[in-house]
Amino acid sequence: MHAVSEQLTIDEIWSLLESVPDPEIPVISVVDLGIVRDVSRKGDEVTVTVTPTYSGCPATAVIAMEIEEALRRKGADRVRIEMQLSPAWTTQWITKQGREKLRAYGIAPPVEGAPCAGALKAPPVVACPRCASDNTERVSQFGSTPCKAHYRCKDCLEPFDYFKSF
Amino acid sequence: MPKAAKDNLAMEFSLRMGDNCLILGQQVAAWCGHAPVLEEDIALANTALDLIGQTKFWLGLAAELEGEGRSADDLAFLRDVRAFRNGLLVEQPNGDFGQTLMRQFLFDAWHYLVLTALLSSTEKRIAEIAEKAVKEVTYHLERSSDLVIRLGDGSAESHARMQTALDDLWRFTGELMTPDSVDEALAEIGVAPDLGRIEKQWAEHVRAVLQEATLTIPEGAYMQQGGKAGLHSEAFGHLLADMQFLQRAYPGATW
Ligand SMILES: [Zn+2]
Repeated sequence: MHAVSEQLTIDEIWSLLESVPDPEIPVISVVDLGIVRDVSRKGDEVTVTVTPTYSGCPATAVIAMEIEEALRRKGADRVRIEMQLSPAWTTQWITKQGREKLRAYGIAPPVEGAPCAGALKAPPVVACPRCASDNTERVSQFGSTPCKAHYRCKDCLEPFDYFKSF
Repeated sequence: MPKAAKDNLAMEFSLRMGDNCLILGQQVAAWCGHAPVLEEDIALANTALDLIGQTKFWLGLAAELEGEGRSADDLAFLRDVRAFRNGLLVEQPNGDFGQTLMRQFLFDAWHYLVLTALLSSTEKRIAEIAEKAVKEVTYHLERSSDLVIRLGDGSAESHARMQTALDDLWRFTGELMTPDSVDEALAEIGVAPDLGRIEKQWAEHVRAVLQEATLTIPEGAYMQQGGKAGLHSEAFGHLLADMQFLQRAYPGATW
């Protein structure tokens, strides 16, 4: 049991969550990824509302567990993770800082506003995260995880992951 | 309409959506490690993963609306053939890569249009699942349309295989857009779209892609029905036996 004075404030919980990494791309936090939608508390119960990135994303369960553990370590005994589907997650919620971290890690961040509805559209122009060249091509619409596409740079000749706009 | 009757219709609808996603997801997953090229292997695995994820939402909602304490897993692993509500299209065998791809394309076009219409469903929980799923299915449709064109309008060999796939699968598409009494009641209360409207939009997209792919739609094909009523093909029993074996042999087994 923890006295009220020891309880984490909502702000403290948010900054704590900023240190919980995404299990698939550990350079960015779950907050950078934009999947933490709300933090609230009723009495000594903390509720963190999380939205999944992709329906079948295997990381979703791991993320819920890691958030719970991070909060418990700081003394929050009663943690509830609520899954929320709507509004659906969009890559527009990835923070500016998150985008920079992705680029530095070698993953091209999402090009927002890139059309994705329907078929037969040209894939977006994605700058190479290594040499910044726009002279790149899409190898495959799907990469190592559902959220990424596979690209190749025609200047430095390196393959790279592109975090698809979604 | 009394709430219980509406819930019952919404449950039936969630089962249909969930079973389509589950059966197609199960079949596509079987390609993992067997696709002709690595990129396609990854794309197929990701598509299967999306579909299984969506299944979890649909069957979860169906179980909730049913209110008999069953879970999404119970519905997936413990029902018998006759209780499944998926269309016949998704249970057609994987065949070669062309068959798998054509099946995916014909389904994706329908799936995308239905999900888009469901965004304005009067059942909030259905609209929420559609909002999530349609973003994924947009990518599925983009990929399958693109590949059908590349392979249809490709080499003589790839063209022939795609045409054979289309000839084999076309007769299973009509069912998805032929309303039964459940579909009619769902459309009336605004839970699900009018399938006649979906059919028009579907035909428009599918015809445009097939034309660009230089493929010919079989004429005067007799459209098979039965999936929504639980009347499935013989192969479906084997598919279920494979998918359900573990939970049937070791009830409640977990990772
Ligand atoms: Zn480069």
